[in-house]
Amino acid sequence: MLRLYAGAARMSILDQLQYRTANYLYMIGMIAEPVIYLVVWSTVADSEGGTVGGYSAGALAAYYIVWTLVRNMNIVLTPYAWEWRIKDGQLSGELLKPIHPIHRDLGGFAGWKIVTILYWLPIAAILVWLFPPAFSTDTFSVLAFVVALWGGFLVRFMLLWALGLVTFWTTRVGAIFDVFFTVELLASGRLVPLSLMPPWAQAAADWLPFQWAFQFPIETLIGRLSRAEILRGLGMQAFWTLVGVGILTLVWPMAVKRYSAVGG
Amino acid sequence: MIDPHPAVWARDLAKTFRVPEREAGVLAAVKSLVHRRMKDVAAVKGVTFRLEPGEVVGFLGPNGAGKTTTLKMLAGLLHPTAGQAAVLGHVPWKRERALLSRITLVMGNRNQMQWDLPALDSFALNAAIYRLPPAEFARTRDELIDLMGVGELVTKPVRNLSLGERMKMEFIASLLHRPQVLFLDEPTIGLDVTAQRTLRQFVAEYNRRTGATVLLTSHYMADVTALCRRVIVIHHGSLLYDGDLAGLGEQFAAYKTLGVTLDGADGAVAGVDWAAFGEVVATDGAKVTIQVPRASASAVAARVLSELQVADLTIEDPPIDEVIARVFAAGAATAAAGTDGDDVATPSVVEPAATSTA
Repeated sequence: MLRLYAGAARMSILDQLQYRTANYLYMIGMIAEPVIYLVVWSTVADSEGGTVGGYSAGALAAYYIVWTLVRNMNIVLTPYAWEWRIKDGQLSGELLKPIHPIHRDLGGFAGWKIVTILYWLPIAAILVWLFPPAFSTDTFSVLAFVVALWGGFLVRFMLLWALGLVTFWTTRVGAIFDVFFTVELLASGRLVPLSLMPPWAQAAADWLPFQWAFQFPIETLIGRLSRAEILRGLGMQAFWTLVGVGILTLVWPMAVKRYSAVGG
Repeated sequence: MIDPHPAVWARDLAKTFRVPEREAGVLAAVKSLVHRRMKDVAAVKGVTFRLEPGEVVGFLGPNGAGKTTTLKMLAGLLHPTAGQAAVLGHVPWKRERALLSRITLVMGNRNQMQWDLPALDSFALNAAIYRLPPAEFARTRDELIDLMGVGELVTKPVRNLSLGERMKMEFIASLLHRPQVLFLDEPTIGLDVTAQRTLRQFVAEYNRRTGATVLLTSHYMADVTALCRRVIVIHHGSLLYDGDLAGLGEQFAAYKTLGVTLDGADGAVAGVDWAAFGEVVATDGAKVTIQVPRASASAVAARVLSELQVADLTIEDPPIDEVIARVFAAGAATAAAGTDGDDVATPSVVEPAATSTA
């Protein structure tokens, strides 16, 4: 299995390197969103005496610079892809193989992330120069961040893969996915750090998986979490990954049977 | 010695799709929001056949006959509505690893290769997926590349290859794990004559070297005549014929073709009342081609020889394309009058309990 993951990752890395310019432009294009958030919240922090929701301007800069990496790490197989995958017949080819297709996807996306990290480094350097960040981190946090970064990728990968299986039952999936992504935007820490949200929203976000894929890795690196909080966060990532695995284990055989009943 | 276990068998295999239907227009579209009308479409209506190990069998039928649906059931991609089947002793739609590692389905115009990378990279990924030992993979890959004659192409990105070249790569990728059963669905569709010939030779040689069983669908009769001694004909989801390719003409061609070349000048043919012998289909210099009813072909030939100055006489079945066209045209009515279940080889010995329909 390790050979398969290595093979799929290698293919993905080679593939991404083929389109390095396009990939780079795509990543640069994605900077606009966090920079807007950063400028808005830094202005708010300045107007409120230097901090907002416990974040100084420097801490906000750190948050949104790490945001750019986590956001890129969070890009996984979109649930919308399933419709194309089924219509195009690609799924048939994958079902003929003697392995679950998730392994190839996971290996492939993991390979892509290695390229993403390499591409991100110079972007981060420029952002650090433009918006001096304030990190209060230590070695433990940095090491934990490496784990949390990949943990966040795994949580989102599993959940979106599982969500995509809805396509096997209905083709009108767009609305379902839109609701999911809207809730995720608000409850993940992508729009604003959750500490800037109303208490009820923070309480609701605690019951959802999104922050563990997004805000948790960011806060781990910028030094806002204690060791205990970091360990709990890693545990939550493991929990939500297992939830995803559980859903897939339950739903995938039914999805395949459904697919093979209606054709493709 | 023939293996008593068939490589593939199907008994009363059927597949009905339930599909939505509605009239054209806005009103019908609005109505369908409230009440969705469904319709059952029987794609395969209980086909029965078996393939012995090492056989190369042509699976023929017009578009929509049920060929691809049958192949997909046998490859494990579709659950049948009714009936039973086994491939290498496994129920295909259970999709067991032990089966998937020993079969392949190649579909024309479908590409599983990584578009932007050389084919060699896709081959390597397949080796990992099928868990092929590196040395064995390298040996098989090089053998297949050599057999297909594409050594200089495997390092080019797949996107830069022609359709025929991509199909060759697709074949190599699909055979790296040395499958024992090959389902080939229109593998030469859209390819030029040279590429078609190369792929035919490749399949024939693979079959010869490995003893693999091949079930091939193709609309190119050249594929079928080059590779298959036996054909199975399906139409409207029902089996019309299962037997020798040569026997197809015997059964479905109502006439034979007589080619008569007369002694003397080209004008000699003009003075003969050919209508008395049969229907003239072509005249070429001193040669006339006539069609005569199959039953009277010998008698007509004898009359031609006795009444005319004949330099050469040939008696042939019509071209196989024409025969197949007649079979399709005959349709289900011919099935009822001609080949029914009695002519179809049925699985007789190997039906282990594990192979029952899930």
